[in-house]
Amino acid sequence: MTTDTAPTRTDQRPNRRLAPLRRRRRIEPVFYLFLLPALVLFSLCITLPALMGIFYSFTDSVGFGGFHMVGFKNYAVLFSDPSMLRVYGFTIGIALATVVLVNVVALFLAIGLTSNIKFRTLLRTVFVLPMVVSAIIIAFVFQFIFSTTLPAFAESIGFGPLTDSILADPHLAWIAIVLVTAWQATPQAMLIYIAALVTIPDDVYEASSLDGASSWQQLTRITVPMISGYVLINVILGFKNFLSSYDIIVGLTDGGPGTATRSVAMSIFKGFETGDYAYQMANSVVFFLITLAIALLHMRISRGKANI
Amino acid sequence: MERTTSPRRRASRNAKAWVRTAILAVCSLAVLLPFFVGISMAFKTTDQAVEGQAFDLPRPWSMEGFREAWELTNFPTVFTVSLTITAVSVVGSVLLSAMASYAIARNWHRPFFRFSCYYLLAAMFLPFPVLALSQVKLSGYVGLANPAGVILLHIMFQLSFNVMLFTAFIRGLPEELEESARVDGASASRIFWTLIFPLMGPMTATVAIFTLLASWNDFMMPSMIIANPDMQTLPVVQKMFQEQFSNSYNIAFASYLLAIGPSIIAYVFCQRWVMSGLTQGALK
Repeated sequence: MTTDTAPTRTDQRPNRRLAPLRRRRRIEPVFYLFLLPALVLFSLCITLPALMGIFYSFTDSVGFGGFHMVGFKNYAVLFSDPSMLRVYGFTIGIALATVVLVNVVALFLAIGLTSNIKFRTLLRTVFVLPMVVSAIIIAFVFQFIFSTTLPAFAESIGFGPLTDSILADPHLAWIAIVLVTAWQATPQAMLIYIAALVTIPDDVYEASSLDGASSWQQLTRITVPMISGYVLINVILGFKNFLSSYDIIVGLTDGGPGTATRSVAMSIFKGFETGDYAYQMANSVVFFLITLAIALLHMRISRGKANI
Repeated sequence: MERTTSPRRRASRNAKAWVRTAILAVCSLAVLLPFFVGISMAFKTTDQAVEGQAFDLPRPWSMEGFREAWELTNFPTVFTVSLTITAVSVVGSVLLSAMASYAIARNWHRPFFRFSCYYLLAAMFLPFPVLALSQVKLSGYVGLANPAGVILLHIMFQLSFNVMLFTAFIRGLPEELEESARVDGASASRIFWTLIFPLMGPMTATVAIFTLLASWNDFMMPSMIIANPDMQTLPVVQKMFQEQFSNSYNIAFASYLLAIGPSIIAYVFCQRWVMSGLTQGALK
């Protein structure tokens, strides 16, 4: 709305001659006072550590004491380290699977919750609840459900495949991670879809149903195209968020069994414990470049297509 | 919608609404069952909890878990730390980002303010793990390896999102309001505090709720930054039930409920602002 209301408002202003006048007026110093605290603290807390990280990624520091410059050695090691490539592959795979699941479920729920239903407020409140709860606690609760409740339940109905916890199986643990991450992330995507859906006028649907369109046709030909900008935003923002998944994996599997479910964020955090500080800094820089690429993609798309 | 006057069509609309409601109600079990498991486990006795039958109701209902969780987690202290971190983060975040946003929105034609805005927004795509190790190092150097450091970082990581919401909102306010106050001789600071800030109420509520949830629920930052285990926050403390008391399910779940209760209560009271805030500018 910013992008299109601001210019429109200026255009509609009756006395446009005022604008250049205003520009020439001297700025009140207090505006700088309003902005500077945020800028200074931000530089110290965000920019400085980022620059530090980039610097240390070219050293052999273990996190304390002296160090030497080693050039691009950390990066070279990183790209030829099969365990690191597996961590990246796992993280990206989890993020992709979660994005798909979250957006399908969120869109389905948003359509349901904006349609003609009973108890709308109550249902909306229920579906938003997962967003309100700490991810680590959600993960602990589901850890109990996957490792104790489900196996006990499977046993009582004699369903063999589930009697062992899927968290203990290196090939299945990722499913639990995707499900729980999606469980927690769906409300936010759903709220965005609800905000999008309420902007579609009712008569579009009325006209199409007079023309004999089925519900599925309405969904694929009207709803999804009309909110495509929001779908893109949800997909990209979600992908970026799920790439840095940490809390839920720690709570569910702690990267295990073995290192089967270790994410990029987890290996970075291990940098202090294992003494490969500089190496994990190089890892952080690479990770940042990936999210930066997604950010630029996001900006391009939201400026070009979405226009919202 | 009002045109469907025939009783038969109205009845069919009504029937459809009930069908949809029923489908959504079934889906809502996916949300409610984990909560049910949590609550039923929390009220069990230790003997019943170790059976692990999550769907059995507690018999008898017992407060034993809550009592023990209260003592084991040192709840009053941890709660106070969490509450302080959250409250100061919310107030600090609202003030800092509202002031910065006002300066940016009203000086958009000046390159310095415009670039400052891009600079602040850029961090929206900077994940905490990327900065974590350097921040731990830095906070150690300057004596901020404590809740104060976490507060500062919460405010900073929330800044991008909040500035985005606030600038969008302030630009939507008509400038004519301020022009008249200016003609009467009011300074920018006076205009902000007496005119603009009160007008920003709805957006402030949204920003405050998102900051509150992010701060209260955060696990990563306090676990990395706060060096003294006695000054940890509620989500971090829950980890002890995974590490040391792995079979005291009733105590663990009681403790989880104590930790998430406040954010659920805060949300239920404030939920109407979450929606309105999102529709007013979150995506713009």
